[in-house]
Amino acid sequence: MFMNQSIAGSKKKVLPPKTIKPKRIAKGIWKDYQLYLLLLLPIAYFIIFKYVPMYGAGIAFQDYSIFKGVSGSEWIGFENFKELFAMNQFYTVVRNTLLLNLLDLIVSFPAPIILALMLNELRIVWFKKISQTILYLPHFISWIIIGGLVYQIFSNKGGLVNNMIVALGFDSVPFLTEKNHWLLVYLGTGVWQSAGWGTIIYLAALTGINKELYEAAEVDGAGRWRKMWNITLPGIRSTIVVMLILALGKIMTIGFERPFVMGNALVMDYAEVISTFVYKVGLQSAQFSLATAMGLFQALVGLVFVIGSNAIAKKMGEPGLW
Amino acid sequence: MNNKIRQNPRLSDVLIMIFIGITVIISILPFLNIIAVSLSSKEAIISDKVTIFPRGFNIESYKLVFADIRMLKSMGLTIVLTVIYTVLSMIMSICAAYPLTKDNLKGRSFFSMLIIFTMFFSGGMIPEYLLVKELGMLDSLTSLIVPGMISAFNLIILRTFFTSIPPSLEESAYLDGSSHIVTLTKIVLPLSLPVLATLSLFYAVSRWNTYMDALFYITNSNLYPIQLKLYQVVMNSMVTDLTAQEGAMQTEVIAEGIKAASIMFATIPILIVYPWLQRYFVSGAMVGAVKE
Repeated sequence: MFMNQSIAGSKKKVLPPKTIKPKRIAKGIWKDYQLYLLLLLPIAYFIIFKYVPMYGAGIAFQDYSIFKGVSGSEWIGFENFKELFAMNQFYTVVRNTLLLNLLDLIVSFPAPIILALMLNELRIVWFKKISQTILYLPHFISWIIIGGLVYQIFSNKGGLVNNMIVALGFDSVPFLTEKNHWLLVYLGTGVWQSAGWGTIIYLAALTGINKELYEAAEVDGAGRWRKMWNITLPGIRSTIVVMLILALGKIMTIGFERPFVMGNALVMDYAEVISTFVYKVGLQSAQFSLATAMGLFQALVGLVFVIGSNAIAKKMGEPGLW
Repeated sequence: MNNKIRQNPRLSDVLIMIFIGITVIISILPFLNIIAVSLSSKEAIISDKVTIFPRGFNIESYKLVFADIRMLKSMGLTIVLTVIYTVLSMIMSICAAYPLTKDNLKGRSFFSMLIIFTMFFSGGMIPEYLLVKELGMLDSLTSLIVPGMISAFNLIILRTFFTSIPPSLEESAYLDGSSHIVTLTKIVLPLSLPVLATLSLFYAVSRWNTYMDALFYITNSNLYPIQLKLYQVVMNSMVTDLTAQEGAMQTEVIAEGIKAASIMFATIPILIVYPWLQRYFVSGAMVGAVKE
């Protein structure tokens, strides 16, 4: 009986169980009608602003002309992808995306775990509260402002860090203009921005650890570090594993704002990543089809990584994403 | 184990406090430095004397920022934009989340899948740009409100919260003859105020901080939100900074102070609401984490 109900539910109404009186039936239909009414605009939003662009991504297989539109432009198969894969820059931006994400993972992933373990050991409540308040702050600051702060702090001329280095009698370090130094600044900024906020999930997991384990360990004479190693860390192991898998799933996907605002012409060897490349090729040079092909490549590889990491999470007995 | 101070502080306690203390200082240091620069005299900035305390205290830079009518307009525009965006986003999210908590709604799992899939796959920047262009939204504030109106992530947090409300409360409303919309507004929403506050702040902060869409869609500088305005200030001074020689001209150093004051100008609104942000964001992050 339910099989032939229309999904939208607007034509055929849900038949309530027989025992209910006609008056109640009418009321039930009215109620569900309201639910679909509520859903109408949000679903329209998702279709127009999320699914229409997915259809629009078809221009990756077209010789897209802005005057002819998606429906009028000529289909050329995989020509754009061939052109893309023949570009040296393609390999550079894919390499940089993976490089920045992987290094980011290595330094930014353990940071909140260590910080959470240390915060958890603090016994003076006011000190802990104030520390957390300050540590969370960078999470709320836009990348533009962070970029401004970074340029202020690490500038060759007049930057706080170089002032201190020079005051100590060393030469100033080209933090922003030499690519390897820039990479360090990029990674450090990531830790600075995310480590404090990242502790929340681990602190939540820490509250779930059975207190009796610690008491038993104390009776056995275990010290602080031993308890941390043998009770606390295993206690948040599954959280760590889930977070790691989720992070690995995003390894091919890079946001636009951070690399765009932090990069500059002198460090493009590292700073040019997929998202900034799509922006330059697509919006600045108006090569829409080529840029869309790049974006689609990233989205598809990214999807494979997410599905793969989710499958691994489930295989390990963790809840996963869906 | 954290119950109370049981004994004299041990060496490890001191070490841990030092470690946390250093990370806290690193977190706050860039802000202290930028505040100091924004309040220092040109001479002090030129001679690289400014650390975390202003040298030659003056508010010249702030006077210049506040005298820049475009900066003020941009701030006002961003406040209006953020309020409108947050209200519309919340209404849309509530409208979508509530029906999706109803087990007997036909097509519920289809609608959920339709929404969740967008978290993992998207058409990409260029098709989204072309859509906004086709819809005639370029260079209008609708381009900063409508395309990013619903966050699937926030929607799911809200749905999870609605599901956690005891069904008996809603059922008693239905038995009294209330419709879904009345039940939603009279029963469900009043019980959800903390999560509504959290999600409003999620939306507001993301609208306040995002500059990517404005960079793509807005070319008319009268419509620049504050972040894009700030991007220009920061990037212009960065270019001079990278090319500057020793003994840079005074104009560039003035720019340094103005840049710092501009950065503070755009940061202060966040700092004002930070006590609320922190409180509600933490609870939101917990809901998000538990949802998995």
